[in-house]
Amino acid sequence: MPQEIDRDEVRRHLDRGAQLVEVLPANEYEEDHLPGAINLPLRRLEAEARDVLDRGRPVVVYCWDSA
Amino acid sequence: MYDYVTGKLDWLAAGLPSEGTNAERPRAGDVARSDVPTCQMDERLGDVRERVRAAGWEACVVVNEERVVLGLLRSKELEANPELRIEEAMRPGPSTFRPFVSVDEMATFMIEHDLESAPITTSDGRLVGLLKREDAARVALELRQAERTEPKDRGRP
Repeated sequence: MPQEIDRDEVRRHLDRGAQLVEVLPANEYEEDHLPGAINLPLRRLEAEARDVLDRGRPVVVYCWDSA
Repeated sequence: MYDYVTGKLDWLAAGLPSEGTNAERPRAGDVARSDVPTCQMDERLGDVRERVRAAGWEACVVVNEERVVLGLLRSKELEANPELRIEEAMRPGPSTFRPFVSVDEMATFMIEHDLESAPITTSDGRLVGLLKREDAARVALELRQAERTEPKDRGRP
């Protein structure tokens, strides 16, 4: 189960080299995303994470909001 | 793995930078005037009016010590009895808008609702600036004119 973090913690993790992943559909990612985030829509996350993400670095995932 | 639960909405609402097609378009936070005069609730209206007008403004945002927006004084409120305290004269709890809202959307909304100005705040209510309707409308119009004159096909065979 991923650990829930807030905005300040996101920034601290990013400073330490974490990978940022937006799990929304591609069109939403294209409109706006956090700087440096890559797009892995939720339905593809499990299948593609291994190929796309660096196992040696922590990963921060995010969506639109908590709903 | 970590989950940023409050997500993109929280990030944008805090006025933090983003990337993407929307980031290239002007937003409310980009056009809002950060030099808008501010005042506190216990001040005397007459003193604030003098200060506001000396700065060339006809609006003032009422904030607390942490710059959280509590009220608004537009031209009508500034004309009230100068002996009133700001708390009595102000328009309390004004509608506020987030910095990431597009200027185009703000201009349309402000014209439809006849809003002279709109406070732009972070998600925790801190003042970013005051967006004036004339500024929002001007930027929205410039954007539409620029989009109309852009070449439709870029490098397509």
